[in-house]
Amino acid sequence: MFGNILIWFVIIPIIMMAGLGICRNSSMNAIRTVMTVCSTALLGLAVWLCVWFLDLRAAGDTAEMLFTGSWMWYEPLNIQLAIGVDGISVLMIMLSAIIVFAGVFASWKINPLPKNFFLWFALLSTGVFGFFISIDIFTMFMFYEVALIPMYLLIGVWGTGKKEYSAMKLTLMLMGGSAFLMLGLLGIYWHSGPEGQLTWNILEIAHNGHIDPSWQRLLFCLTFVGFGVLGAMFPFHTWSPDGHASAPTAVSMLHAGVLMKLGGYGCFRIAIYLLPQAANELAWIFIILTGISVVYGAFSACVQTDLKYINAYSSVSHCGMVLFAILMLTQTAMTGAILQMLSHGLMTALFFALIGMIYGRTHTRDIRQMGGLMKIMPYLGVCYMIAGFASLGLPGLSGFVAEMTIFVGSFEHTDMFHRSFVIAGTCSIVITAVYILRVVGKLLLGPVQDEHHLQLTDATWFERFSTVTLIVAIAGIGCFPNWINETIQHSFVPIINTLTQAAI
Amino acid sequence: MYSMDLGILWYLVPSVLMFACGVYGFVTRKNLIAILVSLELMLNAADLNFVAFNRYLFPGQMEGMVFTLFAIAIAAAETAIAIAIIINVYRAVGNTDINEISKMKF
Amino acid sequence: MDITLPILILAIPISMFLILGIGGVKMSRKMAGVLGILGMGTTMALAYTVAFTYFFSGDSAFIVDGIRQQLQVFDVTWLAFTEKLVVSIGFLLDPISAMMLVVITTISFMVHLYSWGYMEHEPGFQRYYAFLSLFSFSMLGLVVATNIFQMYIFWELVGVSSYLLIGFFYKLPSAVSASKKAFIVTRFADLGFLIGILVLSFYTNTFNFAALTSDPASALASTGGATFMGASVLTWALVLIYVGGMGKSAMMPLHIWLPDAMEGPTPVSALIHAATMVVAGVYLVARMFPLYLVEESALTFITCVGAITAFYAAVVACCQIDIKRILAFSTISQIAFMMVALGVARPELHDAMGYMSSMFHLFTHAMFKALLFLGAGALIHAVHSNNYTEMGGLRKYMPITHWTFLIGCLAIAGIWPFAGFFSKDEMLAAMFANNWIWGAWMTMVAGLTAFYMFRMYFMVFWWEENPHYKEHKPHDAPWQMSLPLIVLATVSCVAGFIPFGELVTWNGAPYHIHIDPVVATTSLVVAVCAIGLAAWLYMKKNSKPAAMKNAMPTLWKAANRRFYWDEIYMFITHKIIFNIICKSIAWFDRHIIDATMDGFAKVTQRTSVAIKGMQSGSIQAYVLWYFFGAVLLALVTWICLL
Repeated sequence: MFGNILIWFVIIPIIMMAGLGICRNSSMNAIRTVMTVCSTALLGLAVWLCVWFLDLRAAGDTAEMLFTGSWMWYEPLNIQLAIGVDGISVLMIMLSAIIVFAGVFASWKINPLPKNFFLWFALLSTGVFGFFISIDIFTMFMFYEVALIPMYLLIGVWGTGKKEYSAMKLTLMLMGGSAFLMLGLLGIYWHSGPEGQLTWNILEIAHNGHIDPSWQRLLFCLTFVGFGVLGAMFPFHTWSPDGHASAPTAVSMLHAGVLMKLGGYGCFRIAIYLLPQAANELAWIFIILTGISVVYGAFSACVQTDLKYINAYSSVSHCGMVLFAILMLTQTAMTGAILQMLSHGLMTALFFALIGMIYGRTHTRDIRQMGGLMKIMPYLGVCYMIAGFASLGLPGLSGFVAEMTIFVGSFEHTDMFHRSFVIAGTCSIVITAVYILRVVGKLLLGPVQDEHHLQLTDATWFERFSTVTLIVAIAGIGCFPNWINETIQHSFVPIINTLTQAAI
Repeated sequence: MYSMDLGILWYLVPSVLMFACGVYGFVTRKNLIAILVSLELMLNAADLNFVAFNRYLFPGQMEGMVFTLFAIAIAAAETAIAIAIIINVYRAVGNTDINEISKMKF
Repeated sequence: MDITLPILILAIPISMFLILGIGGVKMSRKMAGVLGILGMGTTMALAYTVAFTYFFSGDSAFIVDGIRQQLQVFDVTWLAFTEKLVVSIGFLLDPISAMMLVVITTISFMVHLYSWGYMEHEPGFQRYYAFLSLFSFSMLGLVVATNIFQMYIFWELVGVSSYLLIGFFYKLPSAVSASKKAFIVTRFADLGFLIGILVLSFYTNTFNFAALTSDPASALASTGGATFMGASVLTWALVLIYVGGMGKSAMMPLHIWLPDAMEGPTPVSALIHAATMVVAGVYLVARMFPLYLVEESALTFITCVGAITAFYAAVVACCQIDIKRILAFSTISQIAFMMVALGVARPELHDAMGYMSSMFHLFTHAMFKALLFLGAGALIHAVHSNNYTEMGGLRKYMPITHWTFLIGCLAIAGIWPFAGFFSKDEMLAAMFANNWIWGAWMTMVAGLTAFYMFRMYFMVFWWEENPHYKEHKPHDAPWQMSLPLIVLATVSCVAGFIPFGELVTWNGAPYHIHIDPVVATTSLVVAVCAIGLAAWLYMKKNSKPAAMKNAMPTLWKAANRRFYWDEIYMFITHKIIFNIICKSIAWFDRHIIDATMDGFAKVTQRTSVAIKGMQSGSIQAYVLWYFFGAVLLALVTWICLL
């Protein structure tokens, strides 16, 4: 069992928790050491996994999932701990590792109760990594819940502003989504195969193709809405602005950066892959909803005055784009969705990290009370601008690659319905430019608004470290996007095949 | 053997009246002693029922009578404990009004 | 061709950007300036080598049977959307890209040099050079694009460099809002470009220029006769792509950003907003010209937009006070000229002379407009104001600036033997060949051009000396600034004699330029009359201009306010989009959607409040409920048993 590289992505966070358990509450250095060592190990492992994976693919291994393994957990219901990755999961693991790494440095000076904070943080990462390596929907769901619960405490204890309200709202809405999801997953299980051969394993369910079309429709709606809530789909997105606004920096980073991706990942791994007929039939309903998300989030972001609200709404728009692309059901658009997940994960993490750093200095997030910060803290200003440019889709940074792939892929549909929604979606790039430049103009440029800000200092070394990690990743994807294509080349083939078969 | 003039109703009606008084008293009175008295009323109403039913339905058997004796004995013990608790509460709180005694825990 | 030089041409500017951008903080000004200038100088030398090799070596790779070839020096896959739709980064060498390499590197080098003097005392000098390098890289990447998507990538990059440079003085709110406006307006236009690319690539299944333009008929056929709102999808695609060009090239109604872009440093205006970036739209149409030829309705659209813009901008330029704004509107007008020339070009009309002349004018205009902007920069440097009302009589104080500026004015007015005469004459001839209406209309615009340029010239250098000169005597700029002026002035004098038709034509076959005597005479006469009129009105201080202004106050005010386009845009964006759409959506989100979600929580909470009384903890109440329950149960049992 421990010979499988994937299992270590769950074990390392558990070691992290154990290590933290040994640390004394007051010894900040010990806590930091544990976190740094373990998150570096995770990042290293993720890189290694990625290289190894590409190596195996290059060597001609065309299996749908690599590094698979499964261990029986509960015989009567056939629940297994089944793990395995394809190119998409590898990239998602990579993304999570980068953001966990950056998140540790972004919360270098977390206060109060640093030990407890990092304990929950580690539990959260356990859930995230567990989710991405699972191919058994039961364990997947379990890890999903493991990732959601720590959020409540992380926001409720270490947050700012209306933190209790936001924590409650976020948790309840996501739990509401989970309820739908659980019904959907149970339904999938009970229809997964002939009597006596029921299974939770994604690959087996997909190959059985046993789920009755009339059931598929119901289950598709349940699972898509369930994951869609986490992917901030309109109209279930309102946890995002309040939740993000109250969350502490590292939690915002991890939440917007990785947790929201669980939604998108789940949507195509479960809702679309396992329920292909319903996906073909009912995609249009969700195309409307996600299409609204894309434009709606962007317009809402234009008038917000709180930095985090702006970013939360822009996340609604960008994550809407992920789901939108997935629903286009073409290989190019889905590739774009993956790219958008990576890109959004990295750049939102960067945004939230920077907002946290700025807030830590100015003690306000209201853009009307700030101005000219570029002069005072040039490093943070430049980073903020880079994040902004990534968000509005500047070539050379990740956002552009993702958006363009999505648009080109979505345009493969020739009917009026899809075309109109794609064109509406493209409009969001202009609106994004409007709100990003509005923030940049008010926050960073222009005259200094508040004279007290003149005494503020620029980024410290760990803040620089955290942001540089993310910027390098963003620019890396933006400048050399094709390796991602190569990584996920095989991954969509089974999904597209199932979809085309289902269409006939 | 026995005179059948006196029907079972002559026993059950007073028993119901006693029980109703007991319930009324238990629900409305605020004084713990009064509540205890109401409780006893209900208990005795039940005892009366036992005896009456035993006498009329299964004249040859004694279980109902025995059960009633047990109940009376247990009621006596229970009343003793209840009175003891009430006296202690009175010493601690200063009265025996149940609305005042809402904090057993602290 | 060896790929070293082309790669270096792109690599040097981008590495300069990275070096100066990241290490600039630690560098001295001198170091940064020298690095920037050296980098650009090397790039210029390399670009010249490439262009000269291409044009004059006679190598069979470049020219076959007298026809100049288009060749992809390298083409590396960057991102493969699908098997066919592959975005690559490459280097396309053909007459127009070689010509653009020369234009961009020359102007860029001059501006680098000039900025050394002009920006000497500004904070953020290193940052400025970094941005200039970024711009040069993006612009070079744009012109050598092998496929339309590469062009779009660099198109966005020049947009952002322009944003950064316009907003260079970022502490001034006006510069910040101007840069924002420029970015958003061009971004809006790019939306059209993007949709155009999507449509075009969907039907033709390729991004590659060579594939698209070598066989335009098959591109048309691939649409399968699909139409949308009465026009074929190809027309739509081409018009949408042109909308992108309209944004960058400031055609009406997307011109509003260019005058405001003058908030940037003047050398930047010379480089980006006069010579290179703003002609990207023209270059785009030229690049896709064979495709446009199949869809003549798109070309007609280009011609109409160009003609209207040219006239509008010329009229507005006559009524501006800020010299940079005058030059900005003149730029708009001149680019529109090129657009019209492209729009009227047809292979059957003198071998698409319009195309050749448009490129010719692009070349000459880049030189003399950069010269004029740099001259304006020298004036602003000396007088510390952008308005000609603060100038006057400067010819004695700043002779170098005066003479070079005069050469620029003569060139743009189209006076023989200066560069503008030749290119403009060819353009007008092409227009007359297509339809006399275009010809006559544009001749009138040419007259207006001569008039407003000389109005400015006389107001700045003649008229009446400003009394402030006694306290602060204006003088010529330092050598770093004068040298580029002299070089560009020389080029403006001789560029007209370049046998341009031999080098750049739409299909690579040489075209022998011959001056059409009728057209040439007409345009010369019109230009000379216009200059005469300007001299009569503005050479000596008099009351005629004021009288003229008072005679038509409404017209003057409207033209001075640029016919209220900015106000219209402000109304639409601010009042309608921002205040009505965005605010109501945000309100809807908070008060309807979020309130519904909160509503669920509230309903749950209210219900629990309502029923929590039952969990009172009072035993007596429980007993009562219990009693009622028991009675009820008894009743039910009884009824059932009956």
